[in-house]
Amino acid sequence: MTPASDLPRWADVVLLPILNLVAALAVCGLIIFFLGENPFTALWVMIKGAFFYSGSLGYTLYYTTNFIFTGLAVAIAFHAMMFNIGGEGQAYIGGLGAGLIALWLAPALPMVLVIPMAILAAALFGAAWGLIPGILQAYRGSHIVITTIMFNFIAGSIMVWLLVGPLIEQGQQSPQTPKFEANALMPKMHEIGGGVFSFLGSSPLNLSFVLALLCLVGFWFLIWRTKLGYEIRTVGQNPEAARYAGINVPKIIVIAMALSGALAGLLAINELLGVQHRVVLNFTSGYGFTGIAVALMGRNHPVGIFLASFLFGAIYQGGAELDFEFQTITRDMALLMQGMIILFSGALAYMFNPWVSKLLKRWMNRGEVTRV
Amino acid sequence: MMTDKDMKDGRDGAHSFALKLNGISKSFGAVRANRDISLDVRAGSIHGIVGENGAGKSTLMNIIFGLQTADSGDMQVFGQLASIRSSADAIGLGVGMVHQHFMLVPNMSVLDNVMLGTEGGYLLAEGREQTLEKLKQLSSEYGMGVDPFALIEDLPVGIRQRVEIIKAIKGGARILILDEPTGVLTPGEAKQLFDILRSLRDDGVTVLLITHKLEEIMAITDHVSIMRDGEMVAHRETAATNPQELARLMVGRDVLLSVEKEPASPREVKLRVSGLGCSSRAGNRLLKDVSFELRAGEILGIAGVAGNGQTELLEILSGMRTVDDGSIKLLDQTIDADNALSPYNLRELGVAHIPEDRHEHGLVLSFEAQENAILGYHNDPGYVRGMVMDKDAVLERCETLMKDHDVRPPNPSLHASNFSGGNQQKIVIGREVDRNPEILLVGQPTRGVDVGAIEFIHKQLIRLRDEGCAILLVSVELEEILSLSDRVMVMNEGEIVGIVDQTEASQERVGMMMAGIGSDAAA
Repeated sequence: MTPASDLPRWADVVLLPILNLVAALAVCGLIIFFLGENPFTALWVMIKGAFFYSGSLGYTLYYTTNFIFTGLAVAIAFHAMMFNIGGEGQAYIGGLGAGLIALWLAPALPMVLVIPMAILAAALFGAAWGLIPGILQAYRGSHIVITTIMFNFIAGSIMVWLLVGPLIEQGQQSPQTPKFEANALMPKMHEIGGGVFSFLGSSPLNLSFVLALLCLVGFWFLIWRTKLGYEIRTVGQNPEAARYAGINVPKIIVIAMALSGALAGLLAINELLGVQHRVVLNFTSGYGFTGIAVALMGRNHPVGIFLASFLFGAIYQGGAELDFEFQTITRDMALLMQGMIILFSGALAYMFNPWVSKLLKRWMNRGEVTRV
Repeated sequence: MMTDKDMKDGRDGAHSFALKLNGISKSFGAVRANRDISLDVRAGSIHGIVGENGAGKSTLMNIIFGLQTADSGDMQVFGQLASIRSSADAIGLGVGMVHQHFMLVPNMSVLDNVMLGTEGGYLLAEGREQTLEKLKQLSSEYGMGVDPFALIEDLPVGIRQRVEIIKAIKGGARILILDEPTGVLTPGEAKQLFDILRSLRDDGVTVLLITHKLEEIMAITDHVSIMRDGEMVAHRETAATNPQELARLMVGRDVLLSVEKEPASPREVKLRVSGLGCSSRAGNRLLKDVSFELRAGEILGIAGVAGNGQTELLEILSGMRTVDDGSIKLLDQTIDADNALSPYNLRELGVAHIPEDRHEHGLVLSFEAQENAILGYHNDPGYVRGMVMDKDAVLERCETLMKDHDVRPPNPSLHASNFSGGNQQKIVIGREVDRNPEILLVGQPTRGVDVGAIEFIHKQLIRLRDEGCAILLVSVELEEILSLSDRVMVMNEGEIVGIVDQTEASQERVGMMMAGIGSDAAA
C-alpha cells in the first residue's frame, strides 16, 4: 500500500509526518491570510481553544475518543488489506445495539450490568454490519469498498425508518428515541475519581476514553502478539503465502471485517451513552470516514492512531474556537484543515521523500567526511 | 583494477565503443548496488555481464536504460556523452532492452504490441501498415518466424521473446540489452535465440547479455565483464577465459560446479499419483493423466519448460489446489476430488514444501525473518500458547535455523526483504527441512540464488535424500535436474513425456523430451 521509502525508519515515521502536517497548516495559514486575518493569531487561538480554555482539553479528548475507535476499525481491516469504508454505517448500527440495550434493560438492571452489555451490543451490531461485506468479499468476490459504501446507505435508511417509526419518543416530532435511564449513561470524567480529573473542566469526556485506550492496547496485543494477528497480517501482506501456509484466507478476511465493525460500533458508546443519552439521527457525523485518515496518518499502529486521533480532536475543538473568535472564519475551517491534512499525509504522503532523502544523504556524507 | 585502463589504452579511439561507462555509482539507502563501475562495450560485439544475484547487474542495466539514474559517474553512447534520465531517452539514443519479465499486452496481437508507443496519428491504419511491413521484414531477415496477427497469449515464451526483440530493434536500437533471456527457454529455443543474436551482431547491433549461466557466456559472447558485490571485478576476452575462472571471479573463491553424490538406495513408496488431472478456471486442461511413484530415499526430478504443468502438480501435492481427476496416495492418506487435504493437514503429515516462488508463496517479505521462520508451522504448540504467540520460542527457532543453514546476516529481526535471494531461500529451506519431512516438494530451489548458496542448497537436498526423505524436485534449470535427480520425469503441456533413469538422461535426450518428443523417439 505504501510506496517503498529509502529513508531511515525514524525519518519515515516521525520526520515525514511532521513535514506533511506543517505543509498542510501552511496552506491553511495562507487561506486565513487571504481572508484578511493573521494566521499566527489564528493558530494561537486554535491552540488555546483546543488545550487551555476551561474544559477545552476535555472536549479535545472526547473527539479523540471517537477518532480512536474509527481509526482502529479502519486499521484492523487494513492489516488484512481490506479497505473498510463502512465505519460510518457500522458505528451507526452499533448505536442501534447500544440503544436497544439501554432502552430495554436500563430500567431493570444495575449500571454495572447495563453498560458492559451495551458495549457488547454495540460491538456485536457493528461486527454484524462489517461481517456481511466481509463474507461477500471473501466468498463471493464482491469488492469490499463497494459493499461497505452500500452498507453505509442501508444503515442510514434503516436508522431513519426506526427513528421516525418504531423507536421514536412518544409524542415527539424529532426523529430520536426517548432519553436513556441514568444507569445506562457513561460517567463523565470530571464527575468521577473524586475530582482528580477536574482539571479537564466540564466537558463531554467520559469513561469511553478509557475504553478507547484499552482498545489501543488490545489492538496492539492482538495484531502483534496473537496467532490470529499473525494470520491477519499474513493474509494482508501476502495472501498467496497465507494460502501456502494453510491459513484459511476467507475466514481471516471475515474475522478481520467483523473486528473492524465491532471497533467502529464502539463509537456509539462515546456518542450515545456518553453524550447524547439517546439514539439520534446521524450521530456518527462523519467520524467513520475520518477514521480512514486517522488510520492512514497513524500508519495502522496504535501509537500513531492515538497521535493522529489527538491531532484531529484538537483541530475539531480548536476549529470551533476559530468560529467564535473571528468574523471571517467559520467552523468549516476545521473541515478545511482536516482535508488539507488528509491531502498531505495521505495522497501526498511521500511528496517530501526525495528532498528529505537527498538532504539526509548529504548531511550523512558530510558526517563521514568530518569523521575521516 | 587493471583492466579498464588496459582496455582503454589498448584500443583505437572512443568511437569504436558503443557504450562507455565511467565511475557509475548507485546506492539504495545503505546498500551500495553499484560502486564506481567502468565498462567499455565494443560496437558490434556480444558482451556478457556475469555476476551472482545481487551483484548489481540489473541495477547497472536499469541505469543504462534510464529506469534508474546513477548517483554519480557518466555514460557515453557511441562516443557522445549521454544523459539518460528515462527509458525514452535511452530509446532515443538507440538503446533497447528485453526485460526478464516481458512487457507485452497478452490479449493484443503481435502487430499491436510492436506498434505500441509508435502509433503515429490519431487513426491507427497508417501506423499499422508501416509497422506490419517493418515487422515482416525484420522477422524474415533474422529468421524469427513471427505471425503478426497471433495473439501474444497464444504464443510460446520463446516467440514472445522474439516479439520483444523486434520491438526493441524496430525502433532502431543499435544496442540491445537482454536480461537473463534464457531463463524461460528450452535448450532448443535458447540455441535459436543465440542464432538470432549472432545475426544481429553481424548486422552491427551491439548486444549486452546479462546472465548467471557461465556456459552461455562461453557459447556466445565475445567479451565478458564480471561483477561482484556491486563492483566490476574483471573484464576478459571470452576466448581467453574458462568457466572455472569466471566462477572464481564471481564468487571470490573456488566453487564446486558439479554435485557429488552416492547412488540412491530407494526404499518404500511414499507417494503414488494415479491418473491425476486438473483444469484452470477457464476450463483449460493443466494436467492430464499424470501417474508416477516417489520412493523414500530418492530424488525424482521433473524437467520441463516453465508453464508445462509442474507448478500445478506441486500445488496439488502441497494442498494448495484441488484434484479434479485421478487420485493421490500419500503416506497412508488418499486424496482425490472428494477428499482434499489443506496445506496445513499435509504439513502435519510430514509433507514439506519449498515453493517455486519464494516471494509469492514462501515468504512474507514485509515480515521479520523470525516471523517467516514459522510460516505454515505457526499452529505448532511449540510456538503458540493458547491464542498467544510464544515470542521467545519463535526467536529461538529462528536463531537455530540461521545458525544451521548459514543465513547471513543472522539477524532474526531483519525484514525478509532485506536478505539477498540466496539467504531468503535458505530461510525457506531451513524452515521446511528442519522437521525431517517424509516427503519434500521442492520447486526451483536455486532460482535467483548465487553460486555459493547453490552449492550449499544442493548438499542439503542430497543429505536429506540419504536420510530417507522422498524428494520431488521441480526445476527449469536442466543442469540442476540432471545433476541432482536419481530419476528424471519430463513434462510437456501437462503430460508426462517419459521417466528416465539418471544414468540414461543426457542433456540432448531430456531436451528433446522437453519439447514434447517422446522418450521412445528420442532414445
